[in-house]
Amino acid sequence: MTPLLVIVGAMAGAPLRLLAERLAVARRGAGSVVGTVAVNVAGSAVLGFLLGVADVPAWVLALVGTGFCGTLTTFSTLGADVVRLGEQRRTGAAAAYLGGTLVLGIGAAAAAYGAAGLL
Amino acid sequence: MIGYLAAALGGALGALGRWGIAEALPREAGGWPWATLLVNVTGCLVLGLLIALVFARAPGSAWLRPFLGTGVLGGFTTFSAFAVETVQLTEAGRPGVAAGYVAVSVVAGVAASALGLLAGRALGRSRPTPGDEITAEESIA
Repeated sequence: MTPLLVIVGAMAGAPLRLLAERLAVARRGAGSVVGTVAVNVAGSAVLGFLLGVADVPAWVLALVGTGFCGTLTTFSTLGADVVRLGEQRRTGAAAAYLGGTLVLGIGAAAAAYGAAGLL
Repeated sequence: MIGYLAAALGGALGALGRWGIAEALPREAGGWPWATLLVNVTGCLVLGLLIALVFARAPGSAWLRPFLGTGVLGGFTTFSAFAVETVQLTEAGRPGVAAGYVAVSVVAGVAASALGLLAGRALGRSRPTPGDEITAEESIA
């Protein structure tokens, strides 16, 4: 049952990430990382909230946490884009992208985790 | 449209792989998140290889990158678990471990991405595709 829930969540998360990245490229030009930042921060907030709530049912964690949030967010594209920006000698952009994702992503997870604990 | 379908199918495969590894390497409360670190670093390596070996050779494909890049590897790797595990390690009174986890994930992930990309380019040069053979001969001449 659990793998099925993970699959269903993933099948919603992956296309949503593709949509966010395509919207960012359409609005801000090729190579824009804004879509990836948006999904990573949003997914971290949702998962932080979910795990901050005291007793979330296991099926919700599998569907929304492991499946949806896990697939909506990405670490591999973050790594690849940091290397790409570095190779383009855009070291400042690479550092801002990496640092910004870490601060906003972990910050969003912490805020949502804390907020859920207050419920 | 085919891109979104490809992403959904690839995402399901990648997420299943990540779930399987998390099941095989369960994390005790406040413990080092081995499973997430493993999927993130290996996923960075494989995406680097794919960018150099596969995506660079088929730039016009409508489904290849959404399926393998956004889907399989996007689903296999995760930023949300990494972020929340960092918060949980801090909450558990282990801020030093949390900082170490962030540092190791970022350094190993970016290094694995670069390694995958460089290895993919080297492999691509040593094994030219049929269409590249003429160019290779021309460059020798």
